[in-house]
Amino acid sequence: MRDNYQMVVIGGGPAGLGAALSARGDGLERILIVERDVELGGILNQCIHNGFGLHYFKEELTGPEYACRLIDSLEENGIDVACDTMVLAIEPTEGGQRVCLMSANEGYRFIETQALILAMGCRERTRGAIQIPGTRVAGILTAGTAQRYVNIEGYMVGKRVIILGSGDIGLIMARRLTLEGAKVLACVEIMPYSGGLSRNIVQCLNDYDIPLLLSHTITNIEGKKRVERVTVQQVNSSFVPIRRTEIDYEVDTVLLSVGLIPENELTRAAGIEIDPRTSGPVVFENNETSVAGVFACGNVLHVHDLVDYVTEESANAGKAAAAYVIDKQSMHESSKRTIAVVSDDSIGYTVPQKIRPTFIEKSIRIFFRVREPHKTPKRIILRDDDQVIASFRRPYMAPGEMEHVTISKDQIDQIENNQLSISIEA
Amino acid sequence: MYDLAIIGAGVVGSALAYTLSQYDLDIALVEKENDVAMGATRANTAIIHAGYDPAPDTLMGQLNVEGTRLCYQLCEELDVEHRKTGSLVVAFDEEQRATLDVLCQYGIENGCQGLEIIDGSEVRKREPNLSEKIVSALWAPDAGVINPWEFALAMAEVAVRNGVAFMPNSKVTGLSRHSDHYEITLTPTDSKPVSLDSRTIHAHYVVNASGVESDLIHNMVAPPQFTVQPTRGEYFLLDRTVGPLVESVIFQCPGSYGKGVTVSPTIHDNFLIGPNSEIIEDREDTAVTKKALDEIESLAKQMLPTLDVRASIRNFAGVRANSTRNDFVIEMSANGFLDLAAIKSPGLTCAPSIARYARDLLEQDGLTLNRKSDWQGGRTVVRFKEIPEEDREAFIRDNPLYGRVICRCETITEGEIVAAMRREIPPVSIDGVKRRAGTGMGRCQSGFCGPRVLEILARESSRSPLSIEEDASGSIILTEETKRGGCSRA
Repeated sequence: MRDNYQMVVIGGGPAGLGAALSARGDGLERILIVERDVELGGILNQCIHNGFGLHYFKEELTGPEYACRLIDSLEENGIDVACDTMVLAIEPTEGGQRVCLMSANEGYRFIETQALILAMGCRERTRGAIQIPGTRVAGILTAGTAQRYVNIEGYMVGKRVIILGSGDIGLIMARRLTLEGAKVLACVEIMPYSGGLSRNIVQCLNDYDIPLLLSHTITNIEGKKRVERVTVQQVNSSFVPIRRTEIDYEVDTVLLSVGLIPENELTRAAGIEIDPRTSGPVVFENNETSVAGVFACGNVLHVHDLVDYVTEESANAGKAAAAYVIDKQSMHESSKRTIAVVSDDSIGYTVPQKIRPTFIEKSIRIFFRVREPHKTPKRIILRDDDQVIASFRRPYMAPGEMEHVTISKDQIDQIENNQLSISIEA
Repeated sequence: MYDLAIIGAGVVGSALAYTLSQYDLDIALVEKENDVAMGATRANTAIIHAGYDPAPDTLMGQLNVEGTRLCYQLCEELDVEHRKTGSLVVAFDEEQRATLDVLCQYGIENGCQGLEIIDGSEVRKREPNLSEKIVSALWAPDAGVINPWEFALAMAEVAVRNGVAFMPNSKVTGLSRHSDHYEITLTPTDSKPVSLDSRTIHAHYVVNASGVESDLIHNMVAPPQFTVQPTRGEYFLLDRTVGPLVESVIFQCPGSYGKGVTVSPTIHDNFLIGPNSEIIEDREDTAVTKKALDEIESLAKQMLPTLDVRASIRNFAGVRANSTRNDFVIEMSANGFLDLAAIKSPGLTCAPSIARYARDLLEQDGLTLNRKSDWQGGRTVVRFKEIPEEDREAFIRDNPLYGRVICRCETITEGEIVAAMRREIPPVSIDGVKRRAGTGMGRCQSGFCGPRVLEILARESSRSPLSIEEDASGSIILTEETKRGGCSRA
């Protein structure tokens, strides 16, 4: 490890790996990836199911296989890696950023870098965040923690399981635990629709006859040492449990799959602007944050549905970081005009949040999630004031699946005001 | 034959074991759970009370101010996390304003220093997030916040270092008086049937510090004199990202809405909100309920209108040993049997003064107290976060395990976990590590560090991961190996 780098990447999951490879491809030579786990790959390492890479590698891979492809190219490219190492703080310096990192082997040290990539991923919402009543006993854990115990450590977390929330990890674990001999009694979702991918509902619940109870939630957990029983109730449209709809399940395990939160403690501490809608940094078209030379990609920016899109996004970030270092020019200073991307209530958020037309070469992709499912065909309309800039038809949209639209440089150049609005219309 | 057996290793039993470990006595500290501080000590408001709340004619009133002084002194001597924050009791109307005067008078009689009644604008100057509707408040500069389980553990650790025998997983199922001593039957907590694995110990004196079960233990040797009314209090723990919410401990004044709730910073810079107060039947029922949490939220919002409980990272409940006496029960209730019973709030604060009071009662009763010449007090804990930045590099070079962060939310290192495992009373569960090292206290609630703590716990104690408990005895986390087998087989 050197004392200074052209680019430091925080996080060695798919986002960090993708950004490092892309920056290397664009000419950066001194790159360091810092990973807190003992090996690279991030959460992909525990995602031993298949379905990864269909878009990006055009073949179906498991999580570890997908990670391995990226890690192999990394080694060929001579990128420095510090695993089992935690970044404790980032702070601006004259020439870029100073990163404070710590590990058992390298101790406590500071590293200077010109560009910084934030790729710390996300964490799971917990029971405390959603306040499920009942006892606090063993056998209540997040789906991702269970996935780690089962797939990495090789231990089962229970025999009779109920899953709260229909996020993708919960759905995947419903199948995984069934294959390992556990009985998964139900997947309970408070919303009237699933939060996960349709393919996971089919392949992980329907194929194993696991009921998905929409508009239901867990209203009590009982047990002395471990979970013994949970009560499930139907909820009304205001999410209030409806009386006399109680169903009791005798289970020893409750898995929570109730949402993911981008992990931005470092980002916040560094004073980088956060978008409350994504809980991730506000970024420009090239994934640059509100601080020049600091870029963000992957689940730290917004929670993705498919890793393929993470790879694409991180390539964009790595490319921009390389341009930042090589051209020695701050894009913050040189950009004169910024277009804000805004959305109405039908859309949860957009990434990027801001576009600088100067830096768009051919086209730009805008990612977003809809707030509610659209089961009939709808149009996504982009407007500059009243002027329609672009319009896209979608046969089906759901909150569990990330949407994107691609707009060309020509279309961007048509925008006269400094605001681009996106809405869903019939 | 022990000179003395203490039943219950909560903060009161631990404080007494600490105090008496300084004398030449053979002491057993008997606990039905698998660790120290498993009852009310682990789930309370974590406050060092200044001493204006209890009436002067109660034991609570007489022991509080001395307890406050001793708490701060012990926290320094034993390196227990604490912070003197001061407290405010807030009043919303003239009726409550009058209550403040009563509390202030109690405080003066109890020996509190620095009490002050301030007006609403001064309240908001000190605590800008408090409601515009607050008309005045009672300020007590000596109130503070403490890590309650570390406090009990620290005292118990020093006691064990000085020869006290700690007996976890030992439920007292029999207590009988013989000519000059008691025979105490101890049964492993999970033993079925009860008779199989029991053993007996003998002690000249028995001290009942069994908290919420203290009337039951009392009734084994003496006629019933009081009844514990198990009183559950529920809480929200809010992430520090909501902060700064309040700097000091904020109490609601008792009023028409009931006893009111407390909003308080914690020693880890998070915020605690609660408790409600509900008499329950099952003494071990620490479940949380939607009804109570909603009630706490709405009461707390009267004080802090901008409060957002979506920052909640944990809800929990504790059961307090309120009793029909409405005071501590501290007396020799039978020959050789001392009750330190029905210790409710401010019991945490009073634990060290209760211990001294108990010591004096035992001495008056004939227990011989000879100070040990070789007693070893004091305790230090290395907390990575507290190491000055300029010393960290050298420290990690000498102690590499302190360079590996296990709990990322709270920046707790492997070195701190391993050190906790090598202290006098090692943790046996994930939550045991949490109470000692602080892992899993943060926003992810062990989601990331749980599996790693489990691995370290299994490794350091040479146990199978399958035997590691989340918390109480029997709270197993992993049920079996997967079909391809666990790591231990690799």
